[in-house]
Amino acid sequence: MTTPRTFEVKALTRVEGEGRLYVRMNGNDVEHVEFNIYEPPRFFESFLRGREIREVPDITARICGICPVAYQMSACHALEKALGIEVTPEIRTLRRLLYCGEWIESHALHIHLLHAPDFLGYESGISMAADHREVVERGLRLKKIGNELLEVLGGRAIHPINVTVGGFYRAPRVADLRAMIPDLEWGLQAAIDTAQFVAGLEFPDFEQDYEFVSLRHPDEFPMNHGHVVTSSGLDIPVEEYEQHFEERHEPQSTALHSVLLPDARPYLVGPLARVNLCYDQLPPLARKSADQCGIAWPSKNMFQSIVARAIETVAAYEEALRIVNDYHAEPSVSRVEYTPQAGEGCHATEAPRGLIYHRYRIGDDGLIAEAKITPPTSQNQGQIEDDLRQFVPGVLEYDDAEATRRCEHLIRNYDPCISCATHFLKLTIDRGPATSPA
Amino acid sequence: MAAQPTLAVFKFASCDGCQLSLLDAEDELLPVAGAVDIAYFLEARTQTSEGPYDVGLVEGSVTTAHDAERIQEIRRQCKFLVTIGACATSGGIQALRNWANVDDFIHQVYATPDYINTLKTSTAIADHVPVDFELRGCPINKNQLVDLIKSLLLGRTPRVPQYSVCVDCKRQGTVCVAVAQGVACLGPVTQAGCGVICPAYNRECFGCFGPKEQPNLVSLTDWYHDHGADRDHLVRLVRNFNGYAPEFRDASDRLVAQEFETP
Repeated sequence: MTTPRTFEVKALTRVEGEGRLYVRMNGNDVEHVEFNIYEPPRFFESFLRGREIREVPDITARICGICPVAYQMSACHALEKALGIEVTPEIRTLRRLLYCGEWIESHALHIHLLHAPDFLGYESGISMAADHREVVERGLRLKKIGNELLEVLGGRAIHPINVTVGGFYRAPRVADLRAMIPDLEWGLQAAIDTAQFVAGLEFPDFEQDYEFVSLRHPDEFPMNHGHVVTSSGLDIPVEEYEQHFEERHEPQSTALHSVLLPDARPYLVGPLARVNLCYDQLPPLARKSADQCGIAWPSKNMFQSIVARAIETVAAYEEALRIVNDYHAEPSVSRVEYTPQAGEGCHATEAPRGLIYHRYRIGDDGLIAEAKITPPTSQNQGQIEDDLRQFVPGVLEYDDAEATRRCEHLIRNYDPCISCATHFLKLTIDRGPATSPA
Repeated sequence: MAAQPTLAVFKFASCDGCQLSLLDAEDELLPVAGAVDIAYFLEARTQTSEGPYDVGLVEGSVTTAHDAERIQEIRRQCKFLVTIGACATSGGIQALRNWANVDDFIHQVYATPDYINTLKTSTAIADHVPVDFELRGCPINKNQLVDLIKSLLLGRTPRVPQYSVCVDCKRQGTVCVAVAQGVACLGPVTQAGCGVICPAYNRECFGCFGPKEQPNLVSLTDWYHDHGADRDHLVRLVRNFNGYAPEFRDASDRLVAQEFETP
C-alpha cells in the first residue's frame, strides 16, 4: 500500500506577491498540483469603469510595484488606438527607453536577489552576498541604473508619474539623460559579464515541449510593439489575441488558466519565449552574449530562463545606450493631444515577465466603460503547473525539504508576479486524503 | 555584542511596491542587512525566524476576514509597528470598492464568483490595530524608509514632514501648475515627501502621500469648482490612492452630496 506524499510550501518566497504550492503524490504518480495564488483580489477592472482616460496609466501602474511601466504602456497604447491617435517617432523611442529601464531593474532584481541563490545554494541574495559580494553588488548597481533611468524619464522608479495617454507630461531634459551615459556604458559591460556568469551555472536537465508565445517585430527586439507569434507558427495581430487565447475554467480544479486555442494548451511567455522567438532581432552585443553562452537557441529548458533574462538585460542596456546617445534635443511635442470620445482599443506589450494584454472601451461620456487586463503570470500559470507535474517524479528521491526547494526553484524560473495575477485567484483547495490524519 | 534588532516585513492587499522600496535602496540594502536581523521578509528571503520582532513593516490593506485576523497576531508579535504606503495607511486604490457593490465587482471580473472570498471593504491597518508610525506614499519614498530604519536603530523617533506638497514646491522653485495651468492640483492638501515630482514634470499632484496635517479640502475643492472644475472630476481626483483617508473621504462624499443638491 502506498502512502500519499505531499509537498506543500505555504508561502512561496523570493517571488513578487503571495502564493503557495501544493503537490499530492500517490506512489510515483502526481495526483494533484496547484500553484495557488492567495493574494486577495483588488478589482482593478471594475473600478476602472467610470474613470477618466488620463487616469488609466496612473491607476493600472498600481497593479504591480515591480512592473508598473508594463501596465502603463499597454494601457496607453490600447487607449490611443481607441482614440485613433498616433504618437510621434520621438515619443515612441522614449517609451522604448522607459521600458528598457523597467526590464533592467526587474531582470537585475530577479537574477541576483531572487533566482541566482537557487542555483548557488543560498536562501537569499543577502546570504549569497557573504560569499559572492562582487556578484551581488554588481547586480545591485545594474538594478540601480535601471531605476535611475526610470526616475529621469518617469519621475520615479515605482509608479512613474510622467506617463500619459499620448506621450509624456514632460520630455526628459537632454542633460539629465546624457548624464547617464557613463553609467549605461558601465552597465552594458556589467550585463555582459552577468550573462557570462549565469551561463556558467548548473542547469537541471529538464526540457519540455513548450509552446512559446511573444510579440515579434520586424525591426526590433519586441517591447512596445509587434505581432503575437507562437513557436508552433501562429502569427496574428494583437487585435486577434482574444480569438486565440482564452481564460478557461479547468473542471478538475478551481483555477482559471489562459490557454491557446483550439487545443486549450498551456503556453509560456517571458524572456525565454522572447529570446527563442526573436533571437534574430537581438541587438549585436546581446546576440553575441547569446551566441557565446554555450546554449543552442532555442532552449527548451526553463531553468535557462535566467540566461535569457541576462541576455535581455544586455539588450536593454544596449538599446538604452543607443537611444540616449542619439538624444540631442528635446522633442517639440512631448504628448499628442486628444479629445475624449467613444471607442475601443487593445494592445499588448512585453512586460519583463512576458506578454501583457489590455483592452478598453471608452463610453460616449468619454470615461472608461470596460477594461480587460491579462497579465503575464496568469498566462504562465497553467504551464507552471504542467512543469511541476513533469518535474516532481524526478525529485522523489530527495527528502521533503530538498524536493520542495527544487520545486520552488522551478516556479522561480517564471519570475512569477503574483500581485499581478490576482484576478486568477483560486481559494478552494481539494486537499484530498493527504490532509486527513493517517 | 548585543543581539541585532529584528525586522519583519508583512504583506496585505497591495502591489508589493512599498516593500520593494527596501530592495530598491541598492546602496543601503547590504549595510541594512548587516545592521538589523531581517527575520521575516518573504519577498527577499526564504529563511524566516519566529517572532516576536522589534520592528514590523506592514504593506497593504485589509480586504479579507483572514487578513483581519492575521493583523491582530502580527500586532502581538511586533514591538514597533509601522505601516508603509497608501494601502496600509488608508486602504489604497482598492478602497474604491468601499463606495461600490462588491458583488457587482466580483461578477465583472471573475468567471466563477463563488470562489471569491473577500470583505466588502478595503481598510487601513490602523482601523484594526494600533499603529506606532506611518510612512505615507504610493509608493513610499525609499529615503524615508532608510531614515526610518536608521532612526529606530539610533533609538530616536523617526521624523517625516507633515506639511503640504506646496511647501516643497516653493522651496524647489517649481512653477505652480494650479496657478499657471489652471488645473486642479491636490498639492495644497497633500503631505510632502514625494520630492514634488508631479509639478516638476508639468502635471498636477494627485495625492499619493495622502492628506497633510489639517488640510482644508472644503475651501480647496470649492475654489476649484468656482473656477470651472467639474465636481465629478474633483470627486475622481480625491477618490484615488488615498481616497478613503478620512479627510479625503469626507471631501469626496461632500462633493457627491452637493452634486445631488444642485442640479
